[in-house]
Amino acid sequence: MSLALLVNGIEHKVDAAPDQSLLSVLRDNLNLTGTKYGCGEGQCGACTVLLNGRPMRSCRTLASSAAGKSITTIEGLEQNGRLHPVQEAFLKVEAFECGYCTSGMIMSAVALLKQNPSPSESEVREFMKGNVCRCCTYPRILQAVRVASTRAVERSVEQAR
Amino acid sequence: MSGNTHTLDLDVAQALALENAQQGSTLKLDYRFELQRREFFKLLGGGLLVGVCVSSLAQESGRKGRPSEENLPTSLAAWLHVAEDGKITVYTGKVEVGQNIRTSLSQQIAEELRVPMQSIQLVMGDTALCPFDMGTFGSRTTPVMGPRLRNVAATAREQLITLAARRWQVSRDALVAADGKVTDPRSRKSISYGELSRGQELVTVIPDDPPLELPKDWRIAGTAAPKVDGRAFVTGEHKYTPDMKRPGMLVGKVVRPSAFKASLVSVDSAEAEKMPGVTVVRDGNFVGVVAPDEPGAMRAVKAIRAEWKAPQQSSDATLFSDLRKPTSEPGETYGMNPSHVAGSVEQGFASADKTLSQTYTVAYIAHAPLEPRAALAEWNNGKLTVWTGTQRPFAVRDDLAETFHVSPDNVRVIVPDTGSAYGGKHVGDAAVEAARLAKAAGKPVRVVWTREEEFTWAYFRPAGVIDVKSGVRKDGTVVAWRFDNYNSGPSAIRTPYNIANQKIEFHASDSPLRQGSYRGLAATANHFARETHMDELAHAVGMDPLEFRLKNLQDSRLAAVFQAAAEKFGWGREKSFPARGFGIAGGVEKGGYIATCAKVEIDPTSRDVAVRRIVAAFECGAIVNPDGLRNQVAGAAAQGLGGGLFEAIEFSNGKITNAHFADYRVPRFSDMPKIEVVLLDRKDLPPAGAGETPIVGTAPAVGNAIFAATRIRLRSMPLVPRGLQKAG
Repeated sequence: MSLALLVNGIEHKVDAAPDQSLLSVLRDNLNLTGTKYGCGEGQCGACTVLLNGRPMRSCRTLASSAAGKSITTIEGLEQNGRLHPVQEAFLKVEAFECGYCTSGMIMSAVALLKQNPSPSESEVREFMKGNVCRCCTYPRILQAVRVASTRAVERSVEQAR
Repeated sequence: MSGNTHTLDLDVAQALALENAQQGSTLKLDYRFELQRREFFKLLGGGLLVGVCVSSLAQESGRKGRPSEENLPTSLAAWLHVAEDGKITVYTGKVEVGQNIRTSLSQQIAEELRVPMQSIQLVMGDTALCPFDMGTFGSRTTPVMGPRLRNVAATAREQLITLAARRWQVSRDALVAADGKVTDPRSRKSISYGELSRGQELVTVIPDDPPLELPKDWRIAGTAAPKVDGRAFVTGEHKYTPDMKRPGMLVGKVVRPSAFKASLVSVDSAEAEKMPGVTVVRDGNFVGVVAPDEPGAMRAVKAIRAEWKAPQQSSDATLFSDLRKPTSEPGETYGMNPSHVAGSVEQGFASADKTLSQTYTVAYIAHAPLEPRAALAEWNNGKLTVWTGTQRPFAVRDDLAETFHVSPDNVRVIVPDTGSAYGGKHVGDAAVEAARLAKAAGKPVRVVWTREEEFTWAYFRPAGVIDVKSGVRKDGTVVAWRFDNYNSGPSAIRTPYNIANQKIEFHASDSPLRQGSYRGLAATANHFARETHMDELAHAVGMDPLEFRLKNLQDSRLAAVFQAAAEKFGWGREKSFPARGFGIAGGVEKGGYIATCAKVEIDPTSRDVAVRRIVAAFECGAIVNPDGLRNQVAGAAAQGLGGGLFEAIEFSNGKITNAHFADYRVPRFSDMPKIEVVLLDRKDLPPAGAGETPIVGTAPAVGNAIFAATRIRLRSMPLVPRGLQKAG
């Protein structure tokens, strides 16, 4: 079936199978491989993308159900060569070891900070508990989200002035 | 072709034996050298090439057969090239799987060569370009490859100084190499490394001698240099094996047997074969499909009706009694000394005031690397290239060569920086599968295992049973130590405590499941048993567990990490009570010293155990990158919570019954305690590896803390798979 998908602000026409997951379309049809396969069961969060700003497990989302919605992947965060503040924070505190979970972690953190710019640590843990890091770099990831949220708060203060 | 039953000839003990083996390499230096020299200059243009050559006495080698003293060959271990534009390219067979060696090795090269880190490119794990390497495991990169690369870089630096001296007709003694240039302070002339390399085709091969600069003088090594290519990991740009594509590439999948050890009775693939673009491959017990894309391959696999016949097999219910049965291959010790004896345990027991006899068990656990096993294979005129995430690219190359009856020279394995391994990626199953399917399809084929395949067809950390019998005097001196490990492995089986009478034995068993290497190997199981037992002894004689350990310890490095952890933790400041407990454990393995303190809380109604705080003190000689090391130590301590608290593979009659993340619980954000890392930097000692050992302290420290709170002694890993109530 032919689908029109709005990915990172660009509309793509793709020919997808009716049972094809959004993850598969992103990776196989659109070559956006930053979004990872980790389990295909919605249990690890490696495939997290934003659908109208909300975090979704793309492995358990049919591509057809994403039509007409705004899809954001890790590749869509960087703007004009500038990293998103969450990407910047992950890089700054090195919140990764092997890096395979990083895209999904960053997407979840972006979604969290969008709805709650200054979350408490327990709110971060609760929101992100569906994302698995097998290297268990969790303390660093918590630190990165904290750094990103501090920045987000600073920015909103600046904007308010 | 034996499909997915490729024999795994590497179990944990063998991996260890290989690690310790001093076998020769079959690489012939001259042949390899000439070939690579020509290839290199063709590939990279002129310049300066320095290789480090390892005599096989010091060489780690995976080749079978032990060479005699006379025919010990030498082989290359790494290359460094200084190009005419000043770019530095270094070739090593080690691979990056998240342990951050691409960064720490680059730091050491930059240190000796005196260039900015950005001018260095490491080519890792490419069997066509890198000299043979046995593999990336056993925490060997830092102590072995680090010094080799420093050596190579220092030699290149000295040669560049010599070239400058010749060019300027001055004595080399006063010349200074810094920042990618050689400078003459007297005339203030300077010349870049690139310019010095121009028009040269200089080749030097040096022996593997200890390196030159001492850690105390380091300026780049020893600092918290940021991860090389870090940006590519936060943008999603980095290509792991499952992200790779080749022109015309197809997707492969394997039809898995109904159970372990199953043989194929019949297969009906007519429906699958009618699907557009689908090829079905059958070869012995192997059934696989090739399709244009991932969903197509999945549909084809589902459409195939295969009938398998499997023998009756045991289950986890009888695991620990099964492991006590002697192996069907008696005498198999994997090159290890099967036992260690000191003094007389009989006399030790006779002189003890108290004796204690307990049994400890550990379950099988899965590595569950988030990047599943994957490979992309491409045949070109009888030559095979495979991209795959493996810790042993050369072993996978040889496996492919053997499987497809081609010369290893016609097989190239390339390892992209990989989404973790933890000891789980020693073999090339996915590589063999992709290559078989690519051969049939006549096109490049990529195979990526599903999570269920990962949990079923990969190998596991060995389960084990450990019996400990000890004798102690009233004053707290341990006088007798009998330690028998069944199946889990001999790593760190020896006690670091000063005990006069010991008998320590490893007993091989027939494992019901496929088993192999895992981060720290058996050091986790052996530390769990030993450090739990030491805690039991401390309580038996009424001593503080830390004081008891220090009393029996003469190793000052281990004592130092115990004291550092205890100090940071505030050991002894608060008393344990039923809702809160404190525990301590530690040990030494692979040159790394770890002590871990844990604080646990027990919910009085649900009896759930929560680990609230971990302090891990670690010492591994001179620190190459404190930030990277901190990340490794914290990650290992946290990963240890999985196997420590709840991870366990369940199986029955040849099937894994919890082969999904929903059923196999791994540590998540919600399980994370506050983790504090204390690093002891011993600049007077050579650096040791750190990827494994920090994991071993977690489980016993947590178990000891649970006891301190509840007086319930848990002797099985995982400690509380279903909460405290049912675990006791």
